[in-house]
Amino acid sequence: MTTAAAPETVKWTYREACKQAIRDALNRDPKVFLMGADVGAYGGCFAVTKGLLQEYGRERIRDCPLCESTYTGIALGAAMNGMRPICEVMTVNFSLLALDQIMNNAATLLHMTGGMLNVPIVIRMATGAGRQLAAQHAHALEGWYAHIPGIKVLTPGTVEDARGMLWPALEDPDPVIIFEHQIMYNFEETITLPVNVDIDHAKVRRPGRDVTILTYGASLPKSMEASNTLAAEGIEAEVVDLRTLRPLDNETILNSVGKTHRALVVDEGWRSVGISAELSARITENIFYELDAPVGRICSAEVPMPYSRHMEQAALPQAATIVETVKGMVH
Amino acid sequence: MKTKTAEVKEAVKEDREHLLELLRQMILIRRYEEKCSELYQATKIRGFMHLYIGEEASAVGVMQALTPEDSVVATYREHGQALARGVDGGEMMAEMYGKVEGSCRGRGGSMHIFDAKNRFFGGNAIVAGHLPLAVGIALADKMQNKPNVTALFFGEGATPEGEFHESLNMSALWQVPLLFICENNLWCMGTSIKYHSSNPEIYKKPPTYGIPSERVDGMDVLAVEAATKKAVQHIRDGNGPYFLEIMTYRYRPHSMFDADTYRPKEEVEAWKQKDCIQRLQGYMGQKGWLSDQDLDAIEKNVAAEVQRAVDFAEAGTWEPVEDLTRFIYSERRES
Repeated sequence: MTTAAAPETVKWTYREACKQAIRDALNRDPKVFLMGADVGAYGGCFAVTKGLLQEYGRERIRDCPLCESTYTGIALGAAMNGMRPICEVMTVNFSLLALDQIMNNAATLLHMTGGMLNVPIVIRMATGAGRQLAAQHAHALEGWYAHIPGIKVLTPGTVEDARGMLWPALEDPDPVIIFEHQIMYNFEETITLPVNVDIDHAKVRRPGRDVTILTYGASLPKSMEASNTLAAEGIEAEVVDLRTLRPLDNETILNSVGKTHRALVVDEGWRSVGISAELSARITENIFYELDAPVGRICSAEVPMPYSRHMEQAALPQAATIVETVKGMVH
Repeated sequence: MKTKTAEVKEAVKEDREHLLELLRQMILIRRYEEKCSELYQATKIRGFMHLYIGEEASAVGVMQALTPEDSVVATYREHGQALARGVDGGEMMAEMYGKVEGSCRGRGGSMHIFDAKNRFFGGNAIVAGHLPLAVGIALADKMQNKPNVTALFFGEGATPEGEFHESLNMSALWQVPLLFICENNLWCMGTSIKYHSSNPEIYKKPPTYGIPSERVDGMDVLAVEAATKKAVQHIRDGNGPYFLEIMTYRYRPHSMFDADTYRPKEEVEAWKQKDCIQRLQGYMGQKGWLSDQDLDAIEKNVAAEVQRAVDFAEAGTWEPVEDLTRFIYSERRES
């Protein structure tokens, strides 16, 4: 059908990668359209969709009024009736207004109807802290969504994943939520096109033998930075990018920890009852006797995210903390 | 000057066969649900169950205006709409029994009847949560240039919800082919409309969003049919959404768990005097169009249909427990 494009190397920001992923999807499938608050004329609250309205018009780039629950539900209904909507909900904090639609409709319909009705919707939103946006714009709540059976939760932590996760998400017959980390939009990386991203598996970003760091999203670059520091001191950390928080890729996770015998989870979510707790439980349930140390966890402080920069940074996982924690685990 | 509604009503009134069919459908819904109530008492049906008895003219009247390609989205009080839409009564009964032969493999129960082949999208049990879905279904038809209409049923209890106002706004903004059908039975569970709506004349709200609306006597199936045909024509002509407020009443409690202590018995009795089935029978009787034999034939036909549904459910089987986690995600077909 389409001829394979020749490989091409580009230096893109995460923002540009997200935008090119949307353009590519709009070009590939006439059923794909984008809807959400300020996605059109404004160009997206994080400028991801700038220019798309001019390029694709109002039919396919649909500015929505502020009614997160209703416009998310409309996207679900359109997905049930032959379309492939991409629904943008500015930030994860706002998405709580749409939680009824995501939890009670998107996540339940397929199972509740005995497989009759699938909902092929993709919901995109920004998550996380680091831009001094305070306690109503900056939480990392993807773990809440990962609690829900019936949806898939993707967390691009590289420019390549930002470019490559959207299309397989749209091809997925079930609801997928993509959490773009708001601190990463300006990250730049050189990637080779076309990208071919597998959304069903975690990925080892750095091989190592002494400890496994399990992480995702904006904690991935921090973990990579920490692992470079550790390498200079002779400690080889293996960094596993979870990429998909639901369903979790047990095999990659357990293989890595089984090899290194130590696991540290770095998660921007809160510690209690979250992703890090789940990972720790899976590791001890499955390979407890392989462990040489208790599973470690570095998470955000259990506070609403503060505004002032030093306090915000103090609340977040940091590379230096990762380095110190790993040293404590391996010595 | 005669309105279009009046003209349609006149035309319908002169068609005996059609009136017989409307009568049969309303009686079917009533007898079916009387059986449901009995089966609930006998613990064959469990969970929450909400009966539509008293409101039959609404579902039956509305469906007359729809084609098979149109979509229907309803609430947890949906047995009437499902039957009037053509959902198989046996599959629905098996669903209420929790049997795998049920319309949703017994996973939804009374509140969640879905049937994709009849484009019947629930059976939705979050009040007002299905309104956005219906706007989206209608939007998809519009974006795909299909001439279909989506018929959205909800109670007046949904109208204080934010999603009601948001759906009115967005459906008008995007001019989607959507028919809002507010079945106003005056009671939101146990709360009177007097105490939940600052303006209890619901039909006056949609025009503030630019949506034309009409209040209809929901105990008169011919009035409902005529108003719906007019509304659907308006929508199919590309004029965007339309809103009907259908004044009706449920004779039974909110659900099978409801002791019904909040409303005066006299009020219930007064509405029963306006019963939609009696009313159509009376009209047909005056015309000389309904003999005792006709009525007897309808009752027999309906009793057989209800019995068939019960037999189907009784003969059904349980979904294997091993299937519990099937359909959390779609089972991808090998291509």
